[in-house]
Amino acid sequence: MAAGSRVQVPTEVRRGEPFEVKISVRHPMETGFRVDDMGKPIARNTIHEFICRYNGTPVFAANLGSGIAANPYLRFFVTALDSGELKFEWVDDAGERGDAAATLRVTG
Amino acid sequence: MKRDEPLTVASPLRRQIIVAGAALAATRALPLRAEPPALPSIPELDAYLAGRKPEFGRLLLDLPRLADDGNAVTMRLFMPGPFAPGMQVTSIALFSEKNPVPKMAQFDFPVAPAKVEIESRVRLAGSQRVAAIATLADGALHAATADVSVTIAACLDGS
Repeated sequence: MAAGSRVQVPTEVRRGEPFEVKISVRHPMETGFRVDDMGKPIARNTIHEFICRYNGTPVFAANLGSGIAANPYLRFFVTALDSGELKFEWVDDAGERGDAAATLRVTG
Repeated sequence: MKRDEPLTVASPLRRQIIVAGAALAATRALPLRAEPPALPSIPELDAYLAGRKPEFGRLLLDLPRLADDGNAVTMRLFMPGPFAPGMQVTSIALFSEKNPVPKMAQFDFPVAPAKVEIESRVRLAGSQRVAAIATLADGALHAATADVSVTIAACLDGS
């Protein structure tokens, strides 16, 4: 379920400059207020922990509740330091984990 | 002054009209610069603030005035820099006035961000005022609010 995500980062960035990171994760972000066809409540399930690491160092984190739309999309900025990898990891209330990564080339 | 008399450049009446017009324009512009709207009354927000008073004006919260679909409303947070060392943004929390879970999200910056801008999509259970609170490393708080009219509320109540 937590499979499928899309990440977009610039391929080349200048050292010291902030660059834009866009990520969208396929996830229903169940509110816990919905019921299924049988009238049974669907358990709340949101990505309560999202973290972005840049060469191992956490640079951005988010706690997303039911107030975030399904298939959560995030756009934020990270400061370019060295070429390397941006790694994204998240875990939902059902304990399901997901991850994504992007490589980055820093110039200058 | 006769009615058919032209308003020449030097005419004092013309000047009066211009001054009056400018004054009127200034008055009309005033409501736009009015006091920042008060924070919505949300118990979770009050608990988060714990009696601390945030500043208004620096943190910006962008939400559409009118959202057709409350299930996904584009939300943008922005705080222009520069930030002095030790005064960078460490977290931004987002609160909803009407959602059953008022705290919608919290974003954290474990390291000082060079640019504070976050975009996401939120669910809104009806027309309401949304509040964002940014916390700086020195403990200072900055708040922003946005009023949204929602045509179709997100189905948060199971309907």
